[in-house]
Amino acid sequence: MSHRLQFTAKKLVRMALLLLGVSLTAFLLMNASPLDPLQTNVGQAALGSMSPEQIAKLEEYWGADTPAAERYLSWLGSALRGDLGVSLLYRRPVLEVIGQRLSTSLWLLACAWVLSGALGLGLGLLAGANRGRWPDRLVRGCCLTVSSTPAFWLGLLLLIVFAVWLKILPIGMAVPIGGGQATLLERLRHALLPGLTLSITGAANIALHTREKVVDVLDSDYILFARARGERHILRRHVLRNVALPAVTLQFASIGELIGGSVLVEQVFSYPGLGQAAVSAGLGSDMPLLLGITVVTAALVFGGSLTADLLYGAIDPRIRKGAAAQ
Amino acid sequence: MEPILSVEDLSVSFARYDRGLSRRSLSALRGLSLAVEPGQVLAVVGESGAGKSLLAHAILHILPRNAQASGTIRYGGASLTRERAEVLRGREVALIPQGVTFLDPMMKVGSQIRRGENSPDARARCRQVLERYGLGPETEELYPFQLSGGMARRVLIACAVMESPRLIIADEPTPGLDAKAAGRVLGHFRELAEQGAGVLFITHDLTLALSVADRITVLYDGQTADTVSPSQFRAGTGLTHPYTRALRQAMPENDFL
Repeated sequence: MSHRLQFTAKKLVRMALLLLGVSLTAFLLMNASPLDPLQTNVGQAALGSMSPEQIAKLEEYWGADTPAAERYLSWLGSALRGDLGVSLLYRRPVLEVIGQRLSTSLWLLACAWVLSGALGLGLGLLAGANRGRWPDRLVRGCCLTVSSTPAFWLGLLLLIVFAVWLKILPIGMAVPIGGGQATLLERLRHALLPGLTLSITGAANIALHTREKVVDVLDSDYILFARARGERHILRRHVLRNVALPAVTLQFASIGELIGGSVLVEQVFSYPGLGQAAVSAGLGSDMPLLLGITVVTAALVFGGSLTADLLYGAIDPRIRKGAAAQ
Repeated sequence: MEPILSVEDLSVSFARYDRGLSRRSLSALRGLSLAVEPGQVLAVVGESGAGKSLLAHAILHILPRNAQASGTIRYGGASLTRERAEVLRGREVALIPQGVTFLDPMMKVGSQIRRGENSPDARARCRQVLERYGLGPETEELYPFQLSGGMARRVLIACAVMESPRLIIADEPTPGLDAKAAGRVLGHFRELAEQGAGVLFITHDLTLALSVADRITVLYDGQTADTVSPSQFRAGTGLTHPYTRALRQAMPENDFL
């Protein structure tokens, strides 16, 4: 039990350090960006017609006149107290903006996460079990092609096929345009294409990794022995069991890639999620929002890896029993 | 007596790709012959890398895919084809492998011995074979990593005798065991032979082979060098191949200096 506590404490310290590092990096990058918040958000023409007092007021609002260190420290101070500040672009508390955006993105991310995991595992098993034969070559060929395809380009391709040519799926947004309260079905319909884009890219990666693992397992002594004993259902009994561990790790590690991919994909599909908000915050010099999104997504990714670590302990008897014996 | 297993002129070669695309055939066994009779232990002695394991895998038709086998393998008087081997594996013909890596690390020992069968009959038999080798019923609940070397060896033997096989192929079942534990394992083989099974005991350890086998086949360069009884070997009679004679000379008791 104390082993578990120690493990958790170590992870929490690591998470705190990670979030600190990530927020500082994001801040420094943003600070180094050549974008002038006033010019981007107010416009050159409007600035020209303003009085110096008005400009000074705006500079104060966008924080352009405060030294960088002071700005970061004051952000950090209030963030530690749970206040992530107010978004400069949306003029609402950052947490509220993130909450709303995240609930939209969650449809997409959940959809992609489940699809890419299931598809990747299935294709990986298929390829690994048929090593060297045509299903393997087909799956590997497709996966390598997809892996070297940028996600946004794939998104455009899907848009052209399903929304423009076939006209069976909406072209963008999270809900029908001007449609009031959206039903669950409508939300799913809108999340399908961006979700599919994300899934296909994610699945390729997972399938390739799973395939390698399946090949390793099939080459192992215990599979040889199982065959020598005339066991049936070797794939289900031994391969699946031994591939489950790396599959779980991959699945939870893929959360990071999904969130990263969603930034581009949401842009392509005008999907008003967290990724799109991150882009607007970055381009619009909305420091509080950008830092908020960075910290929240970093925490999500970290949470994913942590879950994988914990599940590993629960699934693998060597870790489970080993820890209990200590 | 009619041999339960006879191997004649068995050759195994591998297709290998060298630099570029030149394909090269690498032969591991060439023209190996031996026969195992029921109730007897035949020891196959050869150096590491002499292709001893390939012999076991060829008999069971579980060679790797890039391996090519030729020659005749007969089991119980009839040719042992792939189809027949698939039916006989684990039922009449059992393999006892080298060590714990041949057990699935993620599965409990009991379920592996029973091959997933959960009938009361299978459970009873599993407990019975465990008990036969001095392992309690709690062993069923252990994972392979929790077994000691000697326990793992006994579990592997238990796997083999779940179905009372007529031919047992033991592939280097003793490395890593001290002399006493190895002696116990060999005792189990002897016992199985006395109950009527044919035992093919593959090893690199000549002393062990001499202590347990009824006959010894010495492998050299992928071929059968000599097949003799332990007493013949000790006496040095009937050894036709220079390698076998050199091997005998190299034993401590035979003034190897």
